[in-house]
Amino acid sequence: MILHSLDRKIINHLQGGFPLTENPWDELSRQLDIPVDEMICRVERMTSEGILSRFGPIYNAEKMGGGLTLAAMKVATERFDEMTDIVNSFDEVAHNYARDHELNMWFVIATETPEQITQVISKIEKKTGLKVFNMPKQEEYFLELKFEV
Amino acid sequence: MINERQLIAALQHGLPLVSHPYAVIAEQIGSTENEVIDYIRLMKEKGDIKRFGIVVHHRQLGYKANAMVVWDIPDDRVDELGECFGQFDFVTLSYRRPRHLPDWPYNLFCMIHGKDRDDVLKNLDLMVQHCNVAAFRHEPLFSNRCFKQRGAIYIHSQDDKQASKA
Repeated sequence: MILHSLDRKIINHLQGGFPLTENPWDELSRQLDIPVDEMICRVERMTSEGILSRFGPIYNAEKMGGGLTLAAMKVATERFDEMTDIVNSFDEVAHNYARDHELNMWFVIATETPEQITQVISKIEKKTGLKVFNMPKQEEYFLELKFEV
Repeated sequence: MINERQLIAALQHGLPLVSHPYAVIAEQIGSTENEVIDYIRLMKEKGDIKRFGIVVHHRQLGYKANAMVVWDIPDDRVDELGECFGQFDFVTLSYRRPRHLPDWPYNLFCMIHGKDRDDVLKNLDLMVQHCNVAAFRHEPLFSNRCFKQRGAIYIHSQDDKQASKA
C-alpha cells in the first residue's frame, strides 16, 4: 500500500487524538496545514478503502465496569467455516482470528458486565459443542494502539 | 444532562464525518454539543476512554503479518520479561494470561507486527536475544485469516439500536 504523504500525515496525527472542539476539522486544518475539504475527502476515501475503520473512542472496558477477554477453541478444519459463523453471530464477539496452532480460533469477547463473560462462553460452548479456553488479561505490561505509517 | 449509556451507545459506531460531529451525537441523545464535548473530555481524563481518534486497519497499511507470540515463563520472572518485551516498537501488546494445563502451558502473550512473516520472525529473534529468553518454550502463532475486526460493542440494548438508527 503506497500512501500519499498527506494521507500519512493525517493517519499519524489522528490516531493520537481527534480534537474535542465544536469544529474539530477547522482545528485539524490549522494544525496540519491541509484545507478542511481536502482532509474530509481523504478521510472518506481511506474509510471506503478500508484503511481506516472508524473515528471514536477506545474504551477502557475494565475501568468502565465491562468484561473483556481473549478466548480460544480447537476447531476441526472441515468444520471451521461453520464454527466461525456460530462464534461471529454473537454480538459480544469483537475480533475473530484464525491462527496456526492446535488452538486455531482466537476471539475477543466484550460484555457490559464481567459476569456476562462466563454466560457468553457457556452459550458458545453449548452452540458449538466445543470447549472454550478463557484467557483474560491478568497483567498488562504494555499496550500500544498507534501505528506510525 | 448526559446519559452515559446513551453517549457510549451513540459513539461506539464512530463519529460522523461532518463539520460538527459532536452536535450530531448531541442531537441523537437529546443533549447539547458542549455537554457532549465536556463529557468525552471527562471520560478521557478519568481514563475510561484510552484514546479518542481514528482507528486504522493495520493490515491495509503494510503491516500484513502479525504473530501472537506465546511464552511459558517461570512465574517469578514473568513481570520482568513482560516489561522487556514491551520495549520494542514492533510490539503492540504484552500481557500475562492464565495457563490451561495440560493443553496450554503459556502465560505471557505479545503481539509482534511486521511487513511479512520473515520480518516478524526477524523481530522475534531480536527480542529473544535482547531479553535473553531462548531457553523458554515459545511459539509464534501467525494469523492466516481475520473474520471479524471491529471495535468492541459494549452496549447491546435498545439504546444502541435507537442511537444507530437515529
